[in-house]
Amino acid sequence: MANKIIGILEQREGKLKKTSFEISSVIIKLAGQLNLEAETVIIGSEIDNLNELGKYGVRKVTHFKNEELKSYSSSAYKEIISNYAKEAEAEYLVFSNSSFGKDLAPLVSVRLNAGCLIDCTNLDASSGELIATRPLYAGKALADVKLLSKVKIITIRPNVFKPLLADNAVDPEIIIKEVSNTNLKTRTIEFKKSEGKLDVAEADIIVSGGRGLKGPENFYLVENLAEALGGAVGASRAAVDAGWRPHREQVGQTGKTVSPSLYIACGISGAIQHLAGMSSSKYIVAINKDKDAPIFSIADFGIAGDVFDVLPVLTDEIKKLKS
Amino acid sequence: MKIAVCVSHVPDTATKIKISPDEKTIDSSGVTYIINPYDEFAVEEALKTKEKFDCEVVAISVGSGNNKETIRKALAMGVDKGVLLKDENTRDSFAVAKALAEEIKSQGCDLVFMGKQSVDYDNSIVGQLTAELLDYSCITVVVDFKIENDKIVAESEIEGGKEVVETHLPAVITTQKGLNEPRYASLKGIMAAKKKVIEEKPAAASDNLTEVLKLKKPPIKQPGRILGTDSSAVPELVKLLREEAKIL
Repeated sequence: MANKIIGILEQREGKLKKTSFEISSVIIKLAGQLNLEAETVIIGSEIDNLNELGKYGVRKVTHFKNEELKSYSSSAYKEIISNYAKEAEAEYLVFSNSSFGKDLAPLVSVRLNAGCLIDCTNLDASSGELIATRPLYAGKALADVKLLSKVKIITIRPNVFKPLLADNAVDPEIIIKEVSNTNLKTRTIEFKKSEGKLDVAEADIIVSGGRGLKGPENFYLVENLAEALGGAVGASRAAVDAGWRPHREQVGQTGKTVSPSLYIACGISGAIQHLAGMSSSKYIVAINKDKDAPIFSIADFGIAGDVFDVLPVLTDEIKKLKS
Repeated sequence: MKIAVCVSHVPDTATKIKISPDEKTIDSSGVTYIINPYDEFAVEEALKTKEKFDCEVVAISVGSGNNKETIRKALAMGVDKGVLLKDENTRDSFAVAKALAEEIKSQGCDLVFMGKQSVDYDNSIVGQLTAELLDYSCITVVVDFKIENDKIVAESEIEGGKEVVETHLPAVITTQKGLNEPRYASLKGIMAAKKKVIEEKPAAASDNLTEVLKLKKPPIKQPGRILGTDSSAVPELVKLLREEAKIL
């Protein structure tokens, strides 16, 4: 029987997250290339959309179930995943490089004596051996890397590997395993939701603002455009350090490194740390008064104009288009 | 209680990265190295905790002799002593964590702070690996930290909010911007740091579990078009986003 590649899926409030479908497509593809058998694991209480996995070609999902595992507990989750991986003699484990995956994957890797490749943005198994590409220095360099260990763990950057519908949808086998004796030594006791609707790390469209907005009171221009596009609000380090925006919105080397389909930089000149964090976006639009600003050197489309003039008009145009 | 704070020595974030001819490392000539920015929050939190519990704080770093500069910075901020675990070879996260875990164990530290990731390799896993090797609890990407007796309640930043996480000592905490405002080293601190001891010893042997095959520069994005200088260019921009980028 072929060795196993196991996707470690993620749920929030009883629903599979989008990253779970990204993982599903990745393991199905790698299983084909490396002659492995793909299956998935999910931990939580009630989860209502497990059947959707079949659309992406997942044939088997093992659901470790317990009311107390509704929210993340690193101590409990790492035991369940590593015990299951040992039992299944898994060769590969694939996580998303979400907060959840980044926290959990290395804990599991120690228990399995597995090497861990983090934040992979490309996976190439065409040679019969997996070579991953991952960004370093927030994207100023890329590294081709491989794993030397018997058991191998990778995390994939969200939004980079798109979920692909399988040619033939399947009806996945759902195996429920009730868990007792959970180790809740480290556990989440509360989730404090932030005000912003969408997180930059997960968004497919990001509208970011910088010093050119002149003050926190003008960020409504950025927020309105983001809302019209159904995207997230981001900020430059200058805007965050000035206290205009919370740190969780910061894009760049000491903030978040992002790869959305569309990135709109408003009043951002483009310091090297910022460019590193967003230059792998598929399309970049820059709106900045200074036509010599470095941001234009990587923008696909630019308007060398005043954000106060351009943003309201752009927002209206988008709204018209969507209505 | 005894606290360890792990610090790494990294290129300044303003650095332009050049790749060495061997294509395995970066060209470090002319590069300014600094304490990893996220580790400054770790040092600050360690010092705040020291002030509350009156305990010792030791700074530990894995790498070449140059890392002493970063250890010295931590000492100048108020850390009591430093340990350099020497290794001139490049270690992966696993091998770094092994060296740190051995030292933390022999020092008898039960609370460990380090940055949530170092801004060079961006792996963001050394804290978790170290914790698991020591069988300590671990909370990552922490923006709020409270400790009472041996109980820790910390806030961890995740997508769309913060998780309030509870655990007990011994523990490893990885620190995120927003946790605190790192103090500047005072002149007195800088003078005092010169007299503090940095112990040097070889890092515990460990094999790498990953291998870098090749470093490369990301594809250079060609500058695109500037469509105009005011809002009259908006219709063309929207058209391009629709028809060329197929986004809207």
